[in-house]
Amino acid sequence: MSAVNPISSPVDEVIPDRRDKFSFADYVGPVVVFLVFIGFWYLLSTVVLPEQKRFLLPTPHTVIKEGFFVWNSGERRGLQPILMSLWDSAKVALLGLGITIVMGMSLAVLMSSSRWLERATWPYLVAVQSAPVLALTPLIRALIDGTQTQRLLVVVLIAIFPIVSNTLFGLLSADKSQHELFTLQGASKWTRLVKLQFPAALPNIFVGLRISAGLAVIGAVVGDFYFRQGGVVGIGAQIDVYRNRLWGPELITAIILASTLGLVVFLFFGWVSRRAIGKWHIINRGH
Amino acid sequence: MNNSSSTSPSSTLLSFENVSMTFDDGTKALDNVSFGINASEFVTVVGPSGCGKSTLLRIASNLEANTGGTCSIDRNSIGYVFQDATLMPWRTVARNVELIAELHKLPKAERHQLAAQAIELVGLSGFEDKYPRQLSGGMRMRASLARSLVMKPKVFLFDEPFGALDEITRERLNDELLRLFQHEGFAGLFITHSITEAVYMSTKVLVMSARPGKIIAEFDVPFAYPRNHDLRYEAEFGELCGKISHALRGAHQ
Ligand SMILES: Nc1ncnc2c1ncn2[C@@H]1O[C@H](COP(=O)(O)OP(=O)(O)OP(=O)(O)O)[C@@H](O)[C@H]1O
Ligand SMILES: [Mg+2]
Repeated sequence: MSAVNPISSPVDEVIPDRRDKFSFADYVGPVVVFLVFIGFWYLLSTVVLPEQKRFLLPTPHTVIKEGFFVWNSGERRGLQPILMSLWDSAKVALLGLGITIVMGMSLAVLMSSSRWLERATWPYLVAVQSAPVLALTPLIRALIDGTQTQRLLVVVLIAIFPIVSNTLFGLLSADKSQHELFTLQGASKWTRLVKLQFPAALPNIFVGLRISAGLAVIGAVVGDFYFRQGGVVGIGAQIDVYRNRLWGPELITAIILASTLGLVVFLFFGWVSRRAIGKWHIINRGH
Repeated sequence: MNNSSSTSPSSTLLSFENVSMTFDDGTKALDNVSFGINASEFVTVVGPSGCGKSTLLRIASNLEANTGGTCSIDRNSIGYVFQDATLMPWRTVARNVELIAELHKLPKAERHQLAAQAIELVGLSGFEDKYPRQLSGGMRMRASLARSLVMKPKVFLFDEPFGALDEITRERLNDELLRLFQHEGFAGLFITHSITEAVYMSTKVLVMSARPGKIIAEFDVPFAYPRNHDLRYEAEFGELCGKISHALRGAHQ
């Protein structure tokens, strides 16, 4: 093969590498929405809410002053106890998410390899997805020992569906002709999975991951709402305490930080996704 | 079903003997097709759409099992070029070209070397690290060709590989494929809808009837290789095209 001269080089043009470039407009959007949000908040807490109910929603500057800028004023008030409980919940959310990813992706692989198993499993996955976890708490408490395990279970129950459905959809998305290419080489089922189906599924897997990651944070917050231990409290339990005592600034601070955790996890997986598949995955916006 | 994996005694690398194909739903796609292809023969099949041309290649490559007759081919040495390039979008050109060698578990160093040679041969040097989405249709087809070339198959099956390309690109790829054919000496079975392409490429052109597909005419192409682009405008060439066109017209009714 090496003996002959190479044939003429192609003059076909290479399609230029066009990616979504960050621009000024990309930053303006979120900032504008943020300002609108803050304005709306002020409107609610100073005009819309009747005078005697304004303690429920303190103004943004009150929240910053009394929630974020108080380190620790005893009775679990202040930024330090909030961050501690946030960290506690974050650990549950991340560990739970890890378990969810392993379980969900394994299940999707099994389902993709057997039509029978796929049909047998779907209804129950949908049922888990729509079951109110709140109603299941007594059952979970009766069946499982240890708050930590109970909390992890809640995370898995809440977060598993998007991983399974998106991974499965992705695994089944490879072209027929690509499959035939593998068939022609006598590729094994495993080779096909690793070299064809799994890479083809990656864009969908990352969509599932981002959704599940957000749900895992919700699951952790909900979980420690219902399953708590004496001393250790997660952010959900902390929020419950502030809510009962009507400590507005701390309550809002805790909520903001819990949402921030969800946002960070979401952005993290977006970043991983761009690193992993950004080079080849085509995003069609239609313009 | 009746595929035997040994080569026939002569230098015939691919042979169909009374091959018939009826699909499960009762569609009769092929009816008693018989022909053989030797090494260094390039046979092109033309025929109306839906007459069973792709089915012929799918039987040869064992993607489909024929319901009658015998198809003999060395199954370990087939190159199959699909109508679309079927590149993996997550692999670079180099990694795509390596794929088949990788599936045959060749060692990495050997794989790299074979892929580099094939890439050079199809004129894609310098594009090794591009992803398929960065290539034009013609370049994708070159990469697809290179991928099949890596294992140096003895029999090459082409299912309308250049059907989606513009005429200039198609003609250029015709020349390049002929060059590879001359150099590698494989047996080629080529499907196309273009009579000019069929005559320009082949040692022999077969015309198939509408479904169920039968071989209704056979034309030997007398022109020597290497063939020149201008051959297409010579009288003898045009005359042969005319005859094939006439046979094809008959096939359509
Ligand atoms: N799996 C299948 N089951 C039933 N019928 C099929 C199947 N595959 C192909 N056919 C039918 O067999 C006939 C031949 O199909 P084939 O794809 O070989 O045609 P073709 O000559 O390649 O057509 P074209 O030129 O349009 O590519 C068609 O009528 C098609 O509908
Ligand atoms: Mg076809």
